[in-house]
Amino acid sequence: MTAGVDRGHPQAQAIRSDEDVVRVRQLVRTVAVAVRLSLVDQTKLVTAASELARNTLVYGGGGTAEVSTVDNGLRRGVRIVFADDGPGIADLDLALTDGYTTGGGLGLGLSGARRLVDEFDIDTGPERGTRITVTKWSR
Amino acid sequence: MALSAEESSRLTGLLDEHAERITNRWVELLAASLRGRLSQAELRRQVQELHHAMIEAARSGGFDLESESAGELRAVLAELSRGRARQGFTATETATSVYALKDVMLEVLETDTTDARTLRDYVAFSSLVDQMGLFTFESFVRTRESLIADQAEQLLELSTPVVKIWEGVVAVPLVGTLDSARAQVVMERLLQTLVDTSSPYAIIDITGVPAVDTQVAQHILKTVVAARLMGADCIISGIRPQIAQTIVALGIEFGDIATKASLADALRHVLRLTGVEAARRQPRRES
Repeated sequence: MTAGVDRGHPQAQAIRSDEDVVRVRQLVRTVAVAVRLSLVDQTKLVTAASELARNTLVYGGGGTAEVSTVDNGLRRGVRIVFADDGPGIADLDLALTDGYTTGGGLGLGLSGARRLVDEFDIDTGPERGTRITVTKWSR
Repeated sequence: MALSAEESSRLTGLLDEHAERITNRWVELLAASLRGRLSQAELRRQVQELHHAMIEAARSGGFDLESESAGELRAVLAELSRGRARQGFTATETATSVYALKDVMLEVLETDTTDARTLRDYVAFSSLVDQMGLFTFESFVRTRESLIADQAEQLLELSTPVVKIWEGVVAVPLVGTLDSARAQVVMERLLQTLVDTSSPYAIIDITGVPAVDTQVAQHILKTVVAARLMGADCIISGIRPQIAQTIVALGIEFGDIATKASLADALRHVLRLTGVEAARRQPRRES
């Protein structure tokens, strides 16, 4: 969907437990520091990754996160792909509404994560899992 | 894999007959591989115990680590690996403690009878020692895992102190990842301390929390609401610029909960509310 040449090997992290969410966060922070995102952008990306990883675990029943660095010629960035084979999201618009939750959370994870990153792409549907790609570019 | 009765009895015979030589050589090999980190006396005791348990197991039901008669042997192996794990030895060093027996037996068999049976015996014996080694390995890993679990629990206890920083003011400095388990501990501690010290104010400091996501925010909000139900006011402090921007982007609302940039600001805020500051400054102006 976006112009961006993958650089380096993507690093994958399985998401099977709460500890894995922490690992995803640490991995994302390491990569974000490596491509020199500002402290604010690092924090935003890490927080978005935390939300999406937890969604993958709680709603998708576990999956993977793949973190890679991207380069569009002008700027570098971090791209993360969250994938699960869970039930998928039936009503995407509703799921992206602030305050809507089926799991007892604040209902801001998915919608909030979208606001925290520069590019947000979601591929989902009933019974075909969910695949979310987010990218944050350095400024 | 169990050994045949015949092999079993021959090996028991060997173990018994060369008892002195086997244990001596075994201790020697272990001492070399562990490089003096365990005393000779300690090693000798372990080796003799293991040797004794093997003979006992063989006498009462053949060499089969799975069998009921090998219960004592399993216990000795488990004890050995537990000890090694706690003393900080690696898994390899632990398993080698058992595998060294192979070398010892090879030496014994070489100088003993040299008929065709010897090789077969050795191979059979070898597989038994492998089994014992694997068992040691498993026990080792289990012990390490329980050690890690213990430490995680200790960390949970350590990292959530609730401190009284002023008359009627308690503070909770949160450090690290705030997952559900820790959030629960924090909330319980805070509420209990509020009762114990009858404090009307609590400051929750999140300087040490690397990322505030919706789950962390929800835990904090729940804690604040619970404290309110008990009549205490909460102030959230330690909100750094990047955290503030992230919270805004996420859309988290802290509502009418007072938030401050630093713990000092939060304390000043509380003292102002309780009128402590005015009382403290006045005498200074007079002098």
